[in-house]
Amino acid sequence: MAEAGRTVAEAPATTAAPRSFELRHLGLFVALALLVGVGLLTRPAAFATADNLVSILSLAATIGVITVGATFVIIGGGIDLSVGAVMALASVWATTVATQEFGPVVMAICAILVGTGAGLVNGLLVAYGRLVPFIATLAMLVAARGLAQRMSDRRTQLVRTDNQAIVDLATTRVLGVPLLVYVFALVVVLGWILLNRTTFGRRTYAVGGNPEAARLAGIDVRRHTMLLYALSGLCCGIAAILIMARTTTGSSTHGDLYELDAIAAVIIGGTLLTGGRGTIVGSILGLLIFTIITNLFILNGLNTSDQLIAKGLIIVVAVLLQRRNLKERTP
Amino acid sequence: MLVMRGIVKQFPGVRALDGVDLDVRAGEVHCLLGQNGAGKSTLIKVLAGAHRPDEGTIELNGVPAAPAGPVDAIRLGIATIYQELDLVDGLTVADNIFLGHEHARLGFTDRRAANRAAGEVLTRLGHPEIRPSTEVGRLPPAAKQIVSMARALSREARLIVMDEPSAALAHDEVANLFRIIRDLTARGVAVVYISHRMEEIREIGDRVTVLKDGRTIAVGLPARDTPTSEIVSLMTGRDVEYVFPPRAARPPGEEVLRVEDLSSPGAFAGVSFSVRAGEIVGLAGLVGSGRSEILEAVYGARRATGQVLVGGRPVRRAGLLRSVRRDGPLRALRRGGVVESVRLGMGLAPEERKAQALLLDQSVTANITLGGLSGFARLGWLDRARERAEATRLAEALDIRPRDPERPVKTLSGGNQQKAVLARWLLGGRRLLLLDEPTRGVDVGARAELYTVIRRLAEDGIGVLLVSSEVPEVLGLADRVLVLREGTVIHQGDARDLDEHRVLDMIMNGRAA
Repeated sequence: MAEAGRTVAEAPATTAAPRSFELRHLGLFVALALLVGVGLLTRPAAFATADNLVSILSLAATIGVITVGATFVIIGGGIDLSVGAVMALASVWATTVATQEFGPVVMAICAILVGTGAGLVNGLLVAYGRLVPFIATLAMLVAARGLAQRMSDRRTQLVRTDNQAIVDLATTRVLGVPLLVYVFALVVVLGWILLNRTTFGRRTYAVGGNPEAARLAGIDVRRHTMLLYALSGLCCGIAAILIMARTTTGSSTHGDLYELDAIAAVIIGGTLLTGGRGTIVGSILGLLIFTIITNLFILNGLNTSDQLIAKGLIIVVAVLLQRRNLKERTP
Repeated sequence: MLVMRGIVKQFPGVRALDGVDLDVRAGEVHCLLGQNGAGKSTLIKVLAGAHRPDEGTIELNGVPAAPAGPVDAIRLGIATIYQELDLVDGLTVADNIFLGHEHARLGFTDRRAANRAAGEVLTRLGHPEIRPSTEVGRLPPAAKQIVSMARALSREARLIVMDEPSAALAHDEVANLFRIIRDLTARGVAVVYISHRMEEIREIGDRVTVLKDGRTIAVGLPARDTPTSEIVSLMTGRDVEYVFPPRAARPPGEEVLRVEDLSSPGAFAGVSFSVRAGEIVGLAGLVGSGRSEILEAVYGARRATGQVLVGGRPVRRAGLLRSVRRDGPLRALRRGGVVESVRLGMGLAPEERKAQALLLDQSVTANITLGGLSGFARLGWLDRARERAEATRLAEALDIRPRDPERPVKTLSGGNQQKAVLARWLLGGRRLLLLDEPTRGVDVGARAELYTVIRRLAEDGIGVLLVSSEVPEVLGLADRVLVLREGTVIHQGDARDLDEHRVLDMIMNGRAA
């Protein structure tokens, strides 16, 4: 290259203005609207009720919180397979007899610390131990699940009645909506701010998009990577509080295959698995699409196996559509 | 045997080959010479079938033959040994040698036959000690080179192209390489040999073809008798209009960088120099002479021993400072010291702009402010208005076009992308800029602009350390020049005392003339 002596034309001036928020997520909104339409047509009486809407949101809340953390990790170029298991471990740890002695606040703090701690271990292994994220978090998945079984003797641990405040998150309603939905909303808003308005968010895109450039620009890529996994763990801890509230239990079986739902939601939402690109809003829309499908299948009394098939198809279609989109944008 | 006529290869914006003729006889070693960017790499890629020429004819043994792809080239009997060895580390020696034409029956590989055949080829090359069942990743570079050569032989190649085969070899290994080459040519195999070392060309070469600006300047010169000065003058004096800004009138200020006895095994050794405020220091040398590696070591992105002092203070590398020798002041500078370097006021514009510097999907603004994000943040909260204002100011100061800081940086031309990288380091008071090939892939007009920008930065009191493959660029832009050859500094002096001819002479002959 760099053949001197000849003039080179300016790079073609593309008209690619930065896509506005609405346009970027248009496809997801259309899909969502279609699903709502299907709901209204098939089960007009049951679908469009406030109760059903609240149940969709409650259902989405737990995985939703995890999805926010997963979005950060994936934009940062990693993957976290351990989210479901870490959430289960946090829920078990917070509902042990010893922890429950100290009341609901300590239980919540315990869940958050356990989640963050597990995430930190993931982060240390990936960033400083140079383990492939897939392997490090797979190991954490297996180990956390095992530890949860050990702590609980494979028994479901009930939240004691004197710690009812935890369960109140699911039962107390403000303006007809349970508190845990507000927690979910708060996590989404905080996550959005962190990703779009802070140096941390900007560096996350840089680390995922071009780690070498980030390193040479003076960003501590390893520390940042570690923090991303810790953040994902923190979200698992919060999700553990929500699952305790909804089920009134802590159990080693909580959150089975949540990692797949979370990753699927992030992918449908347009985040690249290779990192560097993606949005929180997209992930949440992806999650809502998934949750509404589940809801529609239940309302229509359809087979849950068919539901899984439908979800699988949606992942493939979503990714194919995005790839076409991507090609249009990058000449 | 091989006749190429009027080969033209056009890339978007550049005419890499502009009418190349090449004439190779069976059983000869034909040397290809030319400066960086003269078109050598493109030419051998055409031969290897990796590029298809836009114009021109290729004849092999009197038959028109234009390789349509790498497979086709191999079928025609052309094998290429690239500078970057293209071996699969995880496979065995035998697997690598026969990759693509395995010993197999019905799809099942015959490992025993492959190992035996590989052993035969390696013995023919004088290296029976390389075991065919060894994993290639465990071999030293010289042995990998032999494996690469064995692969070419196993395909019954009639023409072997070698791109700087001696670059990775020690002295006695080069002797063995030459023995193999002589053995090959004795069997009638033709070798196209690319090297920058004159003494090698004299020893092994039969005839020389010189390329300049994508054109053949001289064909079939006798390799042994043509005077070096004649070859060098053929390579130099490219018809390039370089416009350099005038040098600073006032003398440079205080020392901003001092490097003492910097060494990195296998890359460079005993390098010492300093850069003053307002001064541009250029590093001239071939690819692989240690230029870029020195920059990386100074920046803390590569392990090295020795001292790096910024503003007179020794740089501590993120707490990993360790004494290597107890008696000396040698210190181990480790990877991961980049954060500290940036804090001390260094900035690097790396060689591979797209791979190492830019976030292509992100906006110009985001790319400019990446190196100094915390300057726009309070407790991590970004002040986006101030960020945009500052980025816009810098984009205007460096005249980045188009004037839209929200535009994705990948839609900009090479020159403007490079300006965005430079702008990144104008934030937050840099004292030292390290520029690695700042004009690579940049057209002539934008080059002149970049030169002006770099000179202006120096005038503002920044020290600049510049690396470039293009000798005229180093000589025209820098105040002081270090000439590097095989990892050592062989000349250090005022740029005005040197000319392209002398620098090339030093680089190629290793003489501090």
